[in-house]
Amino acid sequence: MINPIKVFETPNDLAKIGIAGIMSPKPTATRKEIEVNTATSLGRSLKGELNLILNQAFLAISNLAIGSEDYYYWQVKAVIAENLIKTYDKGKIRALDGLSLDVEEGTVLGVLGPNGAGKTTTVRILATLLTPDSGRASVAGIDVIKHPGKVREVIGLSGQYAAVDETLTGWDNLTMFSRLYHLSPSASKKRAGELLEQFSLTDAAKRPIKTYSGGMRRRLDLAASLIVKPKILFLDEPTTGLDPRGRIEMWEVIQGLVKDGTTLLLTTQYLEEADQLANEIAVIDHGKVIARGTSDQLKKEVGGERLEIVAEAKDLKQVAEIVGKVSGGKVLVEEGSRQVSAPVTTGSRALIEAVRSLDDLGIHPLDIALKRPSLDDVFIALTGHVAEENKPEEGEVKSRRGRRK
Amino acid sequence: MIKYAISDSLIITKRQLLQLIRVPEVLIFSTIQPVMFVLLFRYVFGGSISTGIPGVDYVQLLMPGIFVQTVAFTLAGTAVGLAEDMQKGLIDRFRSLPISRSAVVFGRTLGDGALNIVVLAVMGLAGYAVGWRPSSGLFNVLLGFAFLLLFGFAMAWVGVLIGLSVRSARVANAAVFIAVFPLTFLSNAFAPTTGMPRALQYFAEWNPVSTMVAGCRELFGLQNIFGVTANSWPSQNPLEMSLIYMVIIMAIFIPLSVRKYINTASK
Repeated sequence: MINPIKVFETPNDLAKIGIAGIMSPKPTATRKEIEVNTATSLGRSLKGELNLILNQAFLAISNLAIGSEDYYYWQVKAVIAENLIKTYDKGKIRALDGLSLDVEEGTVLGVLGPNGAGKTTTVRILATLLTPDSGRASVAGIDVIKHPGKVREVIGLSGQYAAVDETLTGWDNLTMFSRLYHLSPSASKKRAGELLEQFSLTDAAKRPIKTYSGGMRRRLDLAASLIVKPKILFLDEPTTGLDPRGRIEMWEVIQGLVKDGTTLLLTTQYLEEADQLANEIAVIDHGKVIARGTSDQLKKEVGGERLEIVAEAKDLKQVAEIVGKVSGGKVLVEEGSRQVSAPVTTGSRALIEAVRSLDDLGIHPLDIALKRPSLDDVFIALTGHVAEENKPEEGEVKSRRGRRK
Repeated sequence: MIKYAISDSLIITKRQLLQLIRVPEVLIFSTIQPVMFVLLFRYVFGGSISTGIPGVDYVQLLMPGIFVQTVAFTLAGTAVGLAEDMQKGLIDRFRSLPISRSAVVFGRTLGDGALNIVVLAVMGLAGYAVGWRPSSGLFNVLLGFAFLLLFGFAMAWVGVLIGLSVRSARVANAAVFIAVFPLTFLSNAFAPTTGMPRALQYFAEWNPVSTMVAGCRELFGLQNIFGVTANSWPSQNPLEMSLIYMVIIMAIFIPLSVRKYINTASK
């Protein structure tokens, strides 16, 4: 979906201007808008032009209308969180400590952090399930604290463990949730059928959820959050507790949604998952965003590329000399793994240079590569500790919860 | 808005009825237990407890008592069901939907109230089989059952608050048992209060379970026997007193429960 307002460069300035509450997009209109916008690309761009004009008109009027207590952030970003603070146990536990983030419409933000970093709290606040102690947040331009009911009309939420009725069948669940989204009985049945088809659950439609595999449950849970084609989707650790196959299936499903233009905020403790699915990554630790950027940017922040060559033991010395010449930096020789490595700044040119020199000397390395730091390296560099994957106690509790009968 | 509030609640109620269809064991066991109570009390205690009224055997007094005890325990199902929904994250999902803020709890109490219709019908038949014969005519008997259903609905609201306040379904079950079990026994439900210590007699006569039991006995055509509090207002007007109790329970617990639901945070 095209949001013409993106042309504004400084969203926060716009947000500060504030828009009078009466300008809130009507929920019914919003849903129609989605359909219109996805109808044709021609219609889309026309609609975009119109939106731009209308939005600017609203901005102008709202400048006059300031004085009303009821302000909205304007619809610059699909999701905005500003300085969220949330404490538990009378301030003893600071779950969120001034967290700010935003998500561009039609993109995926991966919120990456260890257990207890504040990922779930953030999602719960944005999905109106929790009120922050202070700070502001908006979803689709709607203030989540002042107008939670309107936010609920445009979001989909899929939590850490499958929040569906396990005694009912997949079909029962989807028709029930469709009815709760106020679709008519016949439309509910139609939608349930479509979603079951889309998530390859048609065969299991008439079976109780209890009999589903972990991956199937998650898919059904996700399907339930897509009933009214939400503008913005929140996925809280969508693959925690799934086996590798289930995880890959889930990734495919999510990638499909993203292709269709859904704005997505996804939390994860798996670095690989953020790398796979997200356009942008916000690394959070102790309730704060400590780094932000594309996975490439984050990797760069930690350090450049390294040239790594694995060679026969007898060639190691010569290889080290070549690498030293190409790199100009400190050469690391690991005798055990017969690996020589050093930081390089010239990218693929360094690689080619090294290959040529090796070839001249008649050395055939077992492996040669230009390695960029992994997100794991990024994470350790940023937080000073390893991502939670290696902590079995917590991970186990989670997966057990996810699979609990 | 009000239209949606009602239809949303009914969808939640429908969900519970669907659960009963998908897992019929729940319905079977929730009716077997009261029937078992009927049989146990009828044949174990029935022989040794004298009603004190010539020509009236124990089963006539027992049935209203067991009816009330059963509907009082409605709140167990409500509390456990909600605690489970919360544990499994379902409440989170419901709260993220654009539905009326009271629909989930109203739907739940309606569903649990409706389940009592089935349970009471089965118990009534079981009672009839072991000699229960209400002598007041069909209208009064049905009125008695209506009273029982309303009492069950009121008690379900207590269950909502318990279910949303505890950490797990198991805790909910234990908490409910501790709260309701003494209440049903410190009453006139199973034995005349005349044999209790004086202080307990006062408690028993004012106990809502007792006023409900006494009210139902009246509606089923029986005379009540009282101890030291024979002339007290609740003994004289058990139906009115029961109605007042139900209104008080609902006036307190409906707003509290709805507020709890809105502010609740799943663990």
